[in-house]
Amino acid sequence: MASKVTSAVMRKGLRVLGVAIRAEKAVFTAAVLASALYGVMTVASAWALGWATEHVVLASFRQGGVGGGALALGATLIVGVSVLKAFGVAGRRYFAGVMQYRMQAASRRGVTRQYLRLPLAWHHRHPTGQLLSNASSDAEAAWAPLAPLPMAVGVVVMLVTAAVSMVLTDPVLALVGFLIFPAIAVLNLVYQRRLSPLATRAQQLRAEVSEIAHESFDGALVVKTLGREDEETARFRARAGELRDANVAVGRVRGLFDPLLEALPTLGVLAVLLIGSMRLESGAVTPGTLVEVAYLFTLLSWPIRALGWVLAELPRAVVGYERVQAVLSATGSMAHGHAELRGEAPARLEIRGLRYAYGDAEVLHGVDLTVEPGRTVALVGPTGSGKSTLAQTFVRLVDPAEGAVLIDGTDLREAARGEVSAAVALVPQQTFLFDDTVRGNVTLGLPVTDEEVREALRLAQADGFVGALPDGLDTRLGERGASLSGGQRQRLALARALVRHPRLLVLDDATSSVDPQVEAKILYGLRDAARASTVVVVAYRMATIALADEVVYLEHGRVVDRGPHEELIGRCEGYRNLVTAYEREEAEREALDEAGTGTPGAATGAVTEETEEEEVRA
Amino acid sequence: MSSLQGTERSALATVRHGLSLTPEFRKGLAGTLALAVVATVGKVIVPIAVQQTIDRGLKGSVPDVPYIRSAVLLCAVAVVLTALCAYLMNVRLYRVTEASLATLRVRGFRHVHDLSVLTQNSERRGALVSRVTGDVDQISTFMQWGGLMIIISMGQLLVATVLMAVYSWQLTLLVWACFLPLMIVLPRFQRWLSGAYTLVRERAGDMLAAVSESVVGAAVIRAHASEARTAERLDAAIDASRAAQTRAQRIVATVFPVTEIVAAATVAGVVLLGVRLGVSGEMTAGSLVAFLFLITLFVSPLQTATEVLSDAQNAVAGWRRVLGVLDTPPDVADPGPDGVELPRGPISVAFEDVSFSYPGGPPVLSDVSVEIPPRSRIAVVGETGSGKTTFAKLLTRLMDPVSGRVTVDGEDLRRIRFSSLRERIVMVPQDGFLFDGTLADNIRFGRPPATDEEITLALTELGLADWLEGLPAGLATPVGQRGESLSSGERQLVALARAYLADPDLLLLDEATSAVDPATEVRLARALEGVTRGRTAVSIAHRLSTAEAADEVLVFDRGRIVQRGPHAELVRQGGVYADLHASWVAAARS
Repeated sequence: MASKVTSAVMRKGLRVLGVAIRAEKAVFTAAVLASALYGVMTVASAWALGWATEHVVLASFRQGGVGGGALALGATLIVGVSVLKAFGVAGRRYFAGVMQYRMQAASRRGVTRQYLRLPLAWHHRHPTGQLLSNASSDAEAAWAPLAPLPMAVGVVVMLVTAAVSMVLTDPVLALVGFLIFPAIAVLNLVYQRRLSPLATRAQQLRAEVSEIAHESFDGALVVKTLGREDEETARFRARAGELRDANVAVGRVRGLFDPLLEALPTLGVLAVLLIGSMRLESGAVTPGTLVEVAYLFTLLSWPIRALGWVLAELPRAVVGYERVQAVLSATGSMAHGHAELRGEAPARLEIRGLRYAYGDAEVLHGVDLTVEPGRTVALVGPTGSGKSTLAQTFVRLVDPAEGAVLIDGTDLREAARGEVSAAVALVPQQTFLFDDTVRGNVTLGLPVTDEEVREALRLAQADGFVGALPDGLDTRLGERGASLSGGQRQRLALARALVRHPRLLVLDDATSSVDPQVEAKILYGLRDAARASTVVVVAYRMATIALADEVVYLEHGRVVDRGPHEELIGRCEGYRNLVTAYEREEAEREALDEAGTGTPGAATGAVTEETEEEEVRA
Repeated sequence: MSSLQGTERSALATVRHGLSLTPEFRKGLAGTLALAVVATVGKVIVPIAVQQTIDRGLKGSVPDVPYIRSAVLLCAVAVVLTALCAYLMNVRLYRVTEASLATLRVRGFRHVHDLSVLTQNSERRGALVSRVTGDVDQISTFMQWGGLMIIISMGQLLVATVLMAVYSWQLTLLVWACFLPLMIVLPRFQRWLSGAYTLVRERAGDMLAAVSESVVGAAVIRAHASEARTAERLDAAIDASRAAQTRAQRIVATVFPVTEIVAAATVAGVVLLGVRLGVSGEMTAGSLVAFLFLITLFVSPLQTATEVLSDAQNAVAGWRRVLGVLDTPPDVADPGPDGVELPRGPISVAFEDVSFSYPGGPPVLSDVSVEIPPRSRIAVVGETGSGKTTFAKLLTRLMDPVSGRVTVDGEDLRRIRFSSLRERIVMVPQDGFLFDGTLADNIRFGRPPATDEEITLALTELGLADWLEGLPAGLATPVGQRGESLSSGERQLVALARAYLADPDLLLLDEATSAVDPATEVRLARALEGVTRGRTAVSIAHRLSTAEAADEVLVFDRGRIVQRGPHAELVRQGGVYADLHASWVAAARS
């Protein structure tokens, strides 16, 4: 059963190698030719040494001297053969590397191209960590056997050459070789088979230890404030202990097989000496032959392991290759039509019977909604009511399961590629900044002038802190914009949307980390400048809601009510409860104060009220 | 800026200091080394066997088969014994190194947690993690392979040289003369190579960052149709990584065969000189042939030398970084068993002329003196950067003041045992960090022995029973990595429940409900008011009602407390608080 599975894996693995060989025919040929040169020259170097022993060393000892011609020939043979072998080694390594790295890069380009092409819904179904490892470690594993592959081919050439040369010199000594070398190859294969699962487990545990450390240090503040250092250390110690045991298990296998693999060819050499000297007796071989065969054994014992390396890498390669293939063959790209959405005027947004589900859980149950051009609409609702999902359908990040989103009467699915993003801009709840300059983060490659970038930054109230950055627009932000505060990042994300002059601007709780005073400035600025936009804003804050012409109240994935704020407050209980929570609480508190603490409290309350009202009017 | 200890020790001192921290490693080291010596000496069996066969077995016209047979048998026994020694040595080495490094890993891990938040925050998280993972792995690779190779290679060279000298001192000199230049240039090759590999790692890092952007930023890329630009950036990063790999491979491919040629030249030289020596009767044919085999013992150490050198460098660097953590004293240290244990009960706090500044930075808090009586409800307000969070961190002893002191129940915070302090004073930070596990796991983090019933009760008391019921799997709901399966508001609810379950005498909330929706936040605030009755409560406030509900408001401005008193009084006074109040009101109503 197990061997059946393995042979299937091997077949698949050879097919993977075939893919690479077909893709990089020229490089592979060069690598194999170089490796064959290496293989032949390795055998030749033993032959040269045997020749020198017989015709130079032993001859001169026997005859008390040897001609200069034989000396020079011996030396030239030894050095010449090794120079050719060196070229073979260099070529083999270089071309094998070129082939491996080219295939890796090709897989990575293909995989990342798919990431950019596939719809967001596909991304939602696959965890980030998996997508990252598809492009990194899987692409690497898939082509890892390419590194030792040419060497293995060279070793086969080497073995055939060695076999032929041994049979030609002495069939009996060759028999020793035919016993020893297959034994080394088999032993090494057994070694790799035993080692491979243990090494994989150790690798897995190493990743887990690292994950625990990562998580624990990320949550260091929580660990510290609750005094849970001991428990965390115990958790880490347990996993580190498992890693230790796994590494020791790997060490046992290595510790056993490495000396065995070294001892086997040595025993072979000893056998050659014993049997060879008996053959000498009958005059079948010369001492030079004996030295040649013994030397060949020493030389071959190491390269022969390369066969095992390729075979050992194959199962991992098959897994990596299949994962990469799974991404490459994923379908479900968004289809695009030919309609245009570009224009200057604010867009009209219409939602018809829209339904959307994450897996089996439907989160939007038939939403109907119209936003007239130039209007500002606030989407309000408790956490989990489907606001963000709805906002995502406006920019076609996801397509509805049922129903439609229309801009100026055109279904988004009929719009040509690039049309939706040219007309609609979404500023998401979670901002994402690229490791790029401020300018690069705002334009994202859109050809706009610095003047337009500055104007967008000014509207987003980001011109101040950007101006204070060391290199202004050219300041690099670092990974995920780590150097900026949450509010600053949100303002850059807003500028990114504004610089595109969208016909429909969708703000998904996009100013939650911005100070209230700054937020107010942004919103007033938008109101004046964004005349060319229809605006949909997802919000909790009253100040944000106050800017909207109309409020749409969502609950559990349904539009419960819509209308001006003043009307909804009057007739929609859910809405009233949500947006007036703070005020009601305060009112109750004041009432309590008045009732409880008597006149001084009451007087204070009155003063507070007046002050507040004045502030509001101002 | 890292504030971890930069160890300036030499490589040798670093390793010695490192080894002194892992005493397990030295235990039985002598035995392991003895086994290594035997295993190394075993490598000269083949040359000796060849020499004996040619010189004694083949003397005369007829081979002396019985002699050869016994010589070969003896050698075979030696080979088996050598292999056995190598096996025992390997197993011992793996067991001991892995055990000692696991200990080092755990010590490093614990020490990172013992460092103050200040030190922790001065390091990138990833860098701290690698000090207990990758850096330790590098040490272990060295101990199990590189370090061993150094010993074996040295031994191999030594044993080969001794045996060569026995056969012929002239040829020994020749061999050394050929290999010495190579040994001298190898470190240069190694630097060259390690430079190339550093570039490979950097480019690989850049590539991963680019891939990660394209995955994590998928929504933004689609929303703004910047696919083409992203593809360009990705291709550039992928190609730069490939180019760096190819370049390193080219160096490897050219450097390594050089030893091959040097070895062949040496063999040729040995043959030429050896024949001359043989003719003049200074050496036997067998020992000359044995020489040719001994030269192969010179080649393998040199071929692995560049790798061994890099390995050694990495290990020393790894030691330095691990020791950098262990040698950094926790600047906010636990007084331990000598410290004071506080009895349970309502807590009073006093700040006495407390000032704080980050190392090399301007003062963040200046001469803050304030008393917080037991059972009082305090709100701390102020603009971003006014020193509120610093105040909270000093109160919970996440950091120590630069001058002045903080006392709890009259006792200096620095004298109170951590176990007692962390039990009595608990802070809920703004970012409710959750661990990958279930909801119950995370809440139980506040008090590990708590049962599911107690957790449910705690949530009910906080007015969160409805929310719990709405969750798909209740307490068993998985929260995902860093709690990302929950919304940021829900994460804050869990963090709050976790702190509440810990049952502290002083609860400190640092804008702990800022991301919760208004209706829930109000419910929560009410519940908290109830459950913290009888305890001391300090809230860093981000909205009006928290301040209004407090017994006293502390107003921070540029590192000082500029106003304090009940809300109503402060509004009447005007000034910083009145301005702040006005902007809150404007944001909350219209």
